[in-house]
Amino acid sequence: MTDASMDSAPVQGSLTTVDARTRKRNAAEKRFKAYGLVAIMIGLFFLVVLAVSILRSGIPAFTQAEVRVEFTLTQEQFDEAESQMLKTKAYENLFIAALQSQLEERGLEVSFDPAAIERLLGKTGSTIREHFRENPNQIGTPVFFNLAASSRVDGYFKGRVTRDTLVDSRFLEVSDLDLVDALADAGIIVSAFNWNFITGSDSGVDNPGGAGIGVSVIGSFFMMLVVLALSLPIGVATSIYLEEFAPQNWFTDLIEVNISNLAAVPSIVFGILGLAVFIQFMHLPQSAPLVGGLVLTLMTLPTIIISTRASLKAVPPSIREAALGVGASKMQTVFHHVLPLAAPGILTGTIIGLAQALGETAPLLLIGMVGFIARAYPEGVVSGFIDPNSAMPAQIYTWAARADAGFYEKAWGGIIILLIFLLTMNIIAIILRRRFERRW
Amino acid sequence: MYDIPHQIQETAVTDVKIKAKDVQVYYGDNHAIKDVSVEIENNTVTAFIGPSGCGKSTFLRCLNRMNDTIDICRVEGDILIDGDDIYDKRVDPVQLRAKVGMVFQKPNPFPKSIYDNIAYGPRIHGMARNKAELDEIVERALRRGAIWDEVKDRLQAPGTGLSGGQQQRLCIARAVATEPEVLLMDEPCSALDPIATAQVEELIDELRQNYAVVIVTHSMQQAARVSQKTAFFHLGNLVEYDDTSEIFTNPEDSRTESYITGRIG
Amino acid sequence: MPLLWLFLLVLAIAAGAFVFARTRVLALSGQDRRTLHSLPIYYGSNAAMKSAIPALLVLVLWLLAQPFYVNNSVSGMIPDSAIGDSSSRSLVLAEVRRAADGLDLAVATGQMTEAAARDTQADISDVTDRLSEAGAIVTSQITQPVLNAAQQYRVLNSAGYRIMSVVVLLIAAAGALWGIRETKPDFRARNVVEQGVRALLIAAASIAILTTLGIVLSLVFNTIEFFRLYPASEFFFGTNWAPSFSGRGGASDLGILPLLWGTFYISIVALIVAVPIGLFAAIYLSEYAGPKVRAFAKPMLEVLAGIPTIVYGLFALLTVGPLLVQVFGDDGLGWMQAGTAVMTAGLVMGIMLIPFVSSLSDDIINAVPQAMRDGSYGLGATQSETIRQVVLPAALPGIVGAILLAASRAIGETMIVVLGAGAAARLSLNPFDAMTTVTAKIVSQLTGDSDFASPEALVAFALGMTLFVITLGLNVLALYIVRKYREQYE
Repeated sequence: MTDASMDSAPVQGSLTTVDARTRKRNAAEKRFKAYGLVAIMIGLFFLVVLAVSILRSGIPAFTQAEVRVEFTLTQEQFDEAESQMLKTKAYENLFIAALQSQLEERGLEVSFDPAAIERLLGKTGSTIREHFRENPNQIGTPVFFNLAASSRVDGYFKGRVTRDTLVDSRFLEVSDLDLVDALADAGIIVSAFNWNFITGSDSGVDNPGGAGIGVSVIGSFFMMLVVLALSLPIGVATSIYLEEFAPQNWFTDLIEVNISNLAAVPSIVFGILGLAVFIQFMHLPQSAPLVGGLVLTLMTLPTIIISTRASLKAVPPSIREAALGVGASKMQTVFHHVLPLAAPGILTGTIIGLAQALGETAPLLLIGMVGFIARAYPEGVVSGFIDPNSAMPAQIYTWAARADAGFYEKAWGGIIILLIFLLTMNIIAIILRRRFERRW
Repeated sequence: MYDIPHQIQETAVTDVKIKAKDVQVYYGDNHAIKDVSVEIENNTVTAFIGPSGCGKSTFLRCLNRMNDTIDICRVEGDILIDGDDIYDKRVDPVQLRAKVGMVFQKPNPFPKSIYDNIAYGPRIHGMARNKAELDEIVERALRRGAIWDEVKDRLQAPGTGLSGGQQQRLCIARAVATEPEVLLMDEPCSALDPIATAQVEELIDELRQNYAVVIVTHSMQQAARVSQKTAFFHLGNLVEYDDTSEIFTNPEDSRTESYITGRIG
Repeated sequence: MPLLWLFLLVLAIAAGAFVFARTRVLALSGQDRRTLHSLPIYYGSNAAMKSAIPALLVLVLWLLAQPFYVNNSVSGMIPDSAIGDSSSRSLVLAEVRRAADGLDLAVATGQMTEAAARDTQADISDVTDRLSEAGAIVTSQITQPVLNAAQQYRVLNSAGYRIMSVVVLLIAAAGALWGIRETKPDFRARNVVEQGVRALLIAAASIAILTTLGIVLSLVFNTIEFFRLYPASEFFFGTNWAPSFSGRGGASDLGILPLLWGTFYISIVALIVAVPIGLFAAIYLSEYAGPKVRAFAKPMLEVLAGIPTIVYGLFALLTVGPLLVQVFGDDGLGWMQAGTAVMTAGLVMGIMLIPFVSSLSDDIINAVPQAMRDGSYGLGATQSETIRQVVLPAALPGIVGAILLAASRAIGETMIVVLGAGAAARLSLNPFDAMTTVTAKIVSQLTGDSDFASPEALVAFALGMTLFVITLGLNVLALYIVRKYREQYE
């Protein structure tokens, strides 16, 4: 029926029979589609692996092996201990005796070396002495003491340290583990929620057990205050200028080019900028959340500007025309009509920008927010801005860089806390977007 | 009142190529095509006319299952080509589309050279055994697309660099290159100027020698100029289907009459 | 904090001017607001603006300029003979500042009276003792020129700050008066205020330029300083990286080539992981996936992009590294010595870049017009044939741009390589060797205790400059390609 005599033309047969070439092509089609699916699976698999390894390694940071002992100190014991030369030693002996009697009460006969208690719990005497000196009215009444076990005992509880891997040292001997087992059977050593990890401060290089992230959370908080206070007004002002007022000229082009390039400058370069300009040139204090906030502000600005401009653009021109039509000035139009309508979008973009800044680490390394121990909470608002502090990601890095493997658990735990903050911020952004999103 | 083609319907071969029976098309909940039955003949230009949104393009796209690419689209009823139901499970749409070529509203050359645009179909269908054969196919298609003389010296130039009318003829040549038996054209001249339109219309008339051509058009004059059969669609219904001369001079349905006299549409 | 007080005082003057001007114009209008040119609030704002903005501007400029003036004049007090061979003027000046801070501290803690702190004839050893008693960090014995310079430094600074306070407050008051005097019913207050707001907007927009300028200047000055101490040719073409922290200068080899090699090797591994996975994921999401799969998988993949890099760094160091050692280490294939290696960092960085590649490519693939696909389907092409032969070639420039952006991200990434790649700079082909990168060395050279004037620290700025130039070049190229591509379909 056609004038073409193409013997190789594949379409001459009936449509209902699939020829060999089409079968081959369809097989290729299936393979190609499968590659795509596999690629997504791999991506999701990595996400799952990441999530599992964070949770599995990080959750133990939230528990801590604790020794719970009921202990009664009589007035005579108190007076006698206070009269001795080695006062804390005396308290320690009293404590060990109490512990021993409790074990016997429960019918567990374990002979142990008093030094073993010190290896398990550290110096208990001073803790007890401090408590009774501060609360003399509790002398003579039973008091519950929750004492944190050493990091190795803690590791034994969590499976990080086993009898096979433990090497006798002055920190812990294999034989001590018998005592730990007995105390655990007696319910004296228990695994408890580690509030200190959330509220505490960094502990120094040799005490992973006592390390907490609280102080660096405050550091991050002050940093975010600086970022919010600077990047929101500056970002919004820049966006308003570029979207609503800027004439088409070289200066506007220069600003635009700068913003799009800054968005892609590696974060470490912002760290160099912070070091050179804020610390070397302006002599602002090192390691201060103020400086960290300034650096992160400069880094976050492009993000906020880009999202703010998008929300300003989304406000239809008819609104502007309506306002101009009733005699409002350009400035009044923008501030009375356009800006309020764009506000939810701006807010969402700002939260996402802040979340990005909260997780950023590299620039903080250069302005000195690692390499020291953030031991104390700032004393006030001013001190919160200008006294050296750490920040969450910097604290995590500090822990990850330490030699003692006990800190790794803390680093993972810190990541969980950091991710909880990020997740919360992103969820708030999503809710805001859902709730206030306006389709024109 | 209308410039009706003087050539009287050829009485030679008028075997049925496509037979559609009780076709229903749904877009989600929207019933877009209702109970359409039509027989399309070989070596004939069949025009689908009707106001915008009447379903003529939708129906055209059913004929080579282009609607498969739209998730929410559902087709019921029978469409037979040479007696085979094209919506049969065993039919591969890929094979079907090689047999039923399509030209679109806007010229859509691939961002490749003119040569590669034409060779694309023959290559994927494995129609040429070697380069020489492929060259031959390309030349034949371009000649049939009535564009060979204009592009033979720049086959490696990008297809997107041609003018609108040339691009559309290139797309027609591209469709022809795969040796289809039916050629579907969805408003092929709507994006072209009058001169390019005249060239394409002339081409359509020539193509009739070899293919069953179905053309959707907005322009009643165009339908009158190029087609032998005309189907008038309105609100998803096939209102009237007859020889073009009949439709334009002596419409049976009042809706058809209103449309061709310009009262609706 | 006197600075804070000064700031608040200026604001208070501005607030006063606001209230006064507003009341005044209302009074002048005879309570008939319609005779006013602008709303009363604009008259107030005008006065407030004129009192606060010039005053605060002067305050900021003064704060920036005063250290220069003081440093210069103090620097002139130190004779060349007081600068030791192993020292430099800037080091001595740092000592002067420390001594001055120490004196401040001593006065504050009551170790010294203000008069004693200013006494140029004071006994040096006595001053040193008192300073250390007050808890000030005094590195070495204070010399007579240093002490005198420190005293002069304090005098100049305190005088400077006192003058500054007076000047700033005077300007604020003058501005307030000017604004209030202007306040008459026919004064076009709104227009003036809007001009002022506009100027503020422009100032905010200029911060982007200032930031770039700050980056470039801080890199350029320190890089020039570095090349003064270390030959540029050896930096750019040296194949050995071995900084010494013990002595100053001389002993260090600071060749950038091993670092660049490590950077590129890791980036290439990352791209080999990220590009195929990201691209195929994008193809699947944009061409095949139904709306439900897309609504689930796309945000899930993008979660990978929202995770901070420190998390990936830890993942590399503590999870991926040990895992790779189990397979390729001495117990397995024996190719790998330690967990930190090019492979570890590259693999993890690749995971990080997957969503980056996929969402950029997704956008670009979606921008290819549907007509293009229809044309191909209409010829009887299968979907994969359409994608491979029509959609991807059409999207290619955009995808190349996306890959370049991903490469620039990989080159500039810091935390993953600091934790996952190792610290040894070497030129090796084995992907299981530890190597280091430009970014990792910037961190290690600037976080040590070395002094900022030494080539070992300054080299970080030269590294930063190199990094900045490379990533900027890649970004500009990528943005250019992507923009070109977008224009094609608009």
